[in-house]
Amino acid sequence: MNDAAVAEKPVSNKTIVVEDPNMNPIRVAAKNTNVFYGQKQALFDVSIDIPERSVTAFIGPSGCGKSTFLRCINRMNDTIDGCRVTGDISLDGRDIYDPSLDVVELRARVGMVFQKPNPFPKSIYDNIAYGPKIHGLARNKAELDEIVEMSLQKAGLWNEVKDRLNDSGTGLSGGQQQRLCIARAIAVSPEVILMDEPCSALDPIATAKVEELIDELKENYCIIIVTHSMQQAARVSQRTAFFHIGILVEVGPTEHIFTNPKDERTHDYITGRFG
Amino acid sequence: MSTADMSLPAKFDWSSQAAVARRRSRHAADHRLRWIGIVAIMIAVGLLGILLATLVSTGYRAFVQTMATVPVYINPEYVDENDPSKGNYRAIVKDTLTSLFPDVTNPRDQRDLGKLLTNNTQFMIRNKVVADPSIIGTTVEMTLPVSDPFDQLEKGVLSRELPEDQRKINDKEIGWFDALAAEGRISTPFNWGLFFNSDSRFPELAGLAGAIVGSFYALLVCFLISFPVGIAAAVYLEEFAPKNRWTDLVEVNINNLAAVPSIVFGLLGLAVFLNFFGMPRSAPLVGGMVLSLMTLPTIIIVTRASLKAVPPSIREGGLGMGASRHQVITHHVLPLALPGILTGTIIGLAQALGETAPLLLIGMNAFITSPPGGLLDASTALPTQIFIWADSPERGFVDRTSAAILVLLGFLIIMNGIAIFLRQRLERTW
Repeated sequence: MNDAAVAEKPVSNKTIVVEDPNMNPIRVAAKNTNVFYGQKQALFDVSIDIPERSVTAFIGPSGCGKSTFLRCINRMNDTIDGCRVTGDISLDGRDIYDPSLDVVELRARVGMVFQKPNPFPKSIYDNIAYGPKIHGLARNKAELDEIVEMSLQKAGLWNEVKDRLNDSGTGLSGGQQQRLCIARAIAVSPEVILMDEPCSALDPIATAKVEELIDELKENYCIIIVTHSMQQAARVSQRTAFFHIGILVEVGPTEHIFTNPKDERTHDYITGRFG
Repeated sequence: MSTADMSLPAKFDWSSQAAVARRRSRHAADHRLRWIGIVAIMIAVGLLGILLATLVSTGYRAFVQTMATVPVYINPEYVDENDPSKGNYRAIVKDTLTSLFPDVTNPRDQRDLGKLLTNNTQFMIRNKVVADPSIIGTTVEMTLPVSDPFDQLEKGVLSRELPEDQRKINDKEIGWFDALAAEGRISTPFNWGLFFNSDSRFPELAGLAGAIVGSFYALLVCFLISFPVGIAAAVYLEEFAPKNRWTDLVEVNINNLAAVPSIVFGLLGLAVFLNFFGMPRSAPLVGGMVLSLMTLPTIIIVTRASLKAVPPSIREGGLGMGASRHQVITHHVLPLALPGILTGTIIGLAQALGETAPLLLIGMNAFITSPPGGLLDASTALPTQIFIWADSPERGFVDRTSAAILVLLGFLIIMNGIAIFLRQRLERTW
């Protein structure tokens, strides 16, 4: 099996999928997704099923296309000039590239947390209230207050900021800012939360807090996290997908990927031979 | 391979004469560069200093005005109480002066006495009487500007040493003036007329009110046109426009537009606004429209730069929340770009305030003696007023030209100050 994979390496776009009988129902499914930036192809025939109420980690060396794929799921790639996506990506069975689907609605259902904490330069309250306001999720101030409190509670930030909701969100520490961004994302009750290297700008203590939060959030949300830290993937995720030069090489239960990778490239990467 | 295995290049002799010389020449070059910079700055600051010094040294005189305080008897014989606007005020002025100089009896000299006060004295008395007819029959003390030659005499510009035939006023007239001064009737208070009067043929009466109001209206029009249009254009180009040959062309043209000589915009205004659309000549409305053509490229360029400076992470944050593009722009990007946009707009307007050539072409250099009542009234603007005064031969206008330039510079400094204040006050960090 291993030998065959090595022989085919230069051309194979095949993904090794390790089945998991205990996997939750599928929330996001991609079939043969290709992404092009102008003439250059960045992703080759990526097919993956992502289960709900669990954390799926995307790992791989820089430039392997893991962030590109993540950004396909809420169509953030639409904002990049010359970016083209083919293939099918569906959320709850519905094609998200269907022209009749409003991207505004999609992004409300698929929240995103970015690499660098990017709170709006507004008050903490306004940061959280912004999403519910633009989507009309609250009928009055009381409901909005409740959403803000709930979101901050869920993000584990409420006790730290409840006395200074009117202070600027940019005045918080890096880790608090990132948890604020997570609270902002969950304020609109998304089904999926995409996290693009959410801890790469944080110190180890803040990282631990965010990881703890991710672990709690997985009870309710489908979380997809891109990370450069294999320890982080091992700590927080239930499933791991390994990308390499635009190809989804292997996907399976996290402990399986880290202890018994089927593909040599996966093996090399997780043992630190490259990347 | 470990570092120990790597072979080092042959040992270089850092203390050799050649190496020392090379280092020395490098330091000398650093030194030279710094001095060239310092000298350049000194030249620039020096020239600016000379300019300001000349302006202040001639202009300060226009900020005070020689006035004579005289008792004016409003003779009921000359003024009809029921229609005070039609009195023989000329006679009142004459009587006033002859009463001050009872020993001047020669009719010719009596007429020359009238040269002491400004030519418009009779109208000033009339205005006072019209405003308050109850003073008819009484004597009021009025403080009136003296005419330009005496103003210059008092300020020491017109020398008493000059031979009599080279002066505008003869020794006898100087004697009268000195007599008034001896009685304590001459004063040189701050010249409020410079700000509250409009243009006049007589320098002692000429002021900038018309020009200031005209410039204000023109800038208002300029702002109302170029600010929204400029921002809308910049937002489209920066946030929505696809990057293709057409938008490149538009971009290049906007950048070039900023470099077009202003007189060309004036010609455009003349040809299009005045001749084609038949808009009124000399009107601040047209002036503002022409100026907005010049300000637009500046505002577009500055706005685009400010939009570009908003970190993409803010846009991503907004889009990632499911905000639509217009929501991201109006809720997040524009507010963050606003300090930069405002600064650029104010600087653009400051440029427009000092712009002369296009206004000359649309006739804003007319001789107009009252401030415009609206956007369509004929008017001058500050720079064109300077242009008009600089062309006038009277000595008093030389001072007033410098003073007007100082006023214009004052407005520019205030506008730039506001720009700096806004920038520091509103700028946010993230």
